[in-house]
Amino acid sequence: MNPYKKDFPIFKQTVNGHPLVYLDSSATSQKPFQVIEALEDYYKTYNSNVHRGVHTLGTKATDAYEGAREKVRRFINARSTKEVIFTRGTTTAINIVAQSYGRARLSKGDEILITPAEHHSNLIPWQQVAKSTGATLNYLSLRQDGSLDLDQAKEQVNTNTKIIAIHHVSNVLGTIQPIAELAALVHKQGGIIVVDGAQSVPHLNTDVQQWGIDFLAFSSHKMFGPTGIGVLYGKEHLLEEMEPIEFGGEMIDEVGLYESKWTELPWKFEGGTPIIAGAIGLGAAIDYLEEIGMEQIFQHDHALAKYAMEEISRIEGCTVYGPKERVGLVTFNLEGIHPHDVATVLDAKGIAVRAGHHCCQPLMRWLEVPATVRASFHIYNDDADVDALIKGIQTTKEYFGYATR
Amino acid sequence: MQLDDLYRRVIMDHYQRPRNRGRIENEALTVDLNNPTCGDRISLQMKLQNGKIEEAKFEGDGCSISMASASMMTETVKGLKVKQALQLVDLFSDMMQGSEVDLEQFPLEDIEALMGVAKFPARIKCATLAWKAMEKGLKNEYKEGL
Repeated sequence: MNPYKKDFPIFKQTVNGHPLVYLDSSATSQKPFQVIEALEDYYKTYNSNVHRGVHTLGTKATDAYEGAREKVRRFINARSTKEVIFTRGTTTAINIVAQSYGRARLSKGDEILITPAEHHSNLIPWQQVAKSTGATLNYLSLRQDGSLDLDQAKEQVNTNTKIIAIHHVSNVLGTIQPIAELAALVHKQGGIIVVDGAQSVPHLNTDVQQWGIDFLAFSSHKMFGPTGIGVLYGKEHLLEEMEPIEFGGEMIDEVGLYESKWTELPWKFEGGTPIIAGAIGLGAAIDYLEEIGMEQIFQHDHALAKYAMEEISRIEGCTVYGPKERVGLVTFNLEGIHPHDVATVLDAKGIAVRAGHHCCQPLMRWLEVPATVRASFHIYNDDADVDALIKGIQTTKEYFGYATR
Repeated sequence: MQLDDLYRRVIMDHYQRPRNRGRIENEALTVDLNNPTCGDRISLQMKLQNGKIEEAKFEGDGCSISMASASMMTETVKGLKVKQALQLVDLFSDMMQGSEVDLEQFPLEDIEALMGVAKFPARIKCATLAWKAMEKGLKNEYKEGL
């Protein structure tokens, strides 16, 4: 029995008459009771706004909110809490960089480099910035297995390359991209790197200083925390020079009738009442992750993905996409059966997987498939879940074999 | 949750052997529609004459439910008056909501087999894609009134 499963109350139920086999953690992870209780505790015992009142509850809420920021700082090894900005999620974090840094710094002749495997959230913001500034959006080459072709990248990155924006771990293929090498490469040419960490931060040890990256975006809800909150990490000197993109309360130093001044980092990017409960919940999720240890989590998710990949590859008519070495997920297709139909049959067995384009339409075209099935894992999954999936896939094959005969 | 309610034999038959798949050679009303949440896409073509659907064909990518629904729909609406086709869209929409529908009113033919989709809320959008394409095309063509 998986020792962590008991921490996640959602597994106390059956779905369509079967014990829940949750294989959709890359979409969103389940929440341990430690996180749920942290949210409940805030709302029940010290719900208050932060950074304003002098009253006791307000102080307690501020301490918890800023305490969560310090937990994030430690978790990703940022130099200072000034470099940790709470956002609505990965999407908002990337949009802040694109809208603020991108619009101010880019002009005609400049280049933004991304890959065809980006999630739409690390693609569309750059399309928009390219359109509004006249900069060019170009694509780095991927090898057949979806990993970045670093040799090609060395040829491609040049003095016009102002921004490289890339996923650390692919949400479709599970590929780990060489972001430290890319950071060194782009820095040599005077550009910066923006890393979409939505799928990496929940599964492996994050060290922004060791990697030398300039920006990192990630979401709480994929790492056992609540929805509606995420983080933008940025190097202090870059954030310092950037203009906020949201204006209002909380983010000001002084407001006049016609002009205003912004407050200091990180709050200048956190206009309005912040996501207080969300940050506290994320802090509790980080406590939970750290108690298990990120190395242990990485090994666990990696081993499960490897086992699943080997087993699925063995099934006749199954195609598995992506590299051999992967983080926490397996994406596949069953010959002649559409991913939605696979997902519906699996759901009838209580098995939750994702079917569709995974917010990666250009990558689907690159793979030359309209859609895929994805099974993704986290700490509460074990071999028995993979075995249930394999059995489910067999059932699907039989069912459709029968139904179409 | 009974899978057989969803995957009726007649549905699988339309999925495996789609009727009216292809393009209309001559000029025809063409509607392209995507289901952005899942990536299904359809390109529906209709040849209209004297307020009637003379011909209907489709191409697309999608699951068994979406493609079977397109196959059944094109088969049923051929020869219908535009007004009737639009009434059928409403009836189908009601059917997908799980409402009681008056089956005497229309020759539903194979479409009746899609009734089970209502029990699978996640799949309703698959079934309605072709119908939304037809509605969009016809309403756009006849926005001045029928």
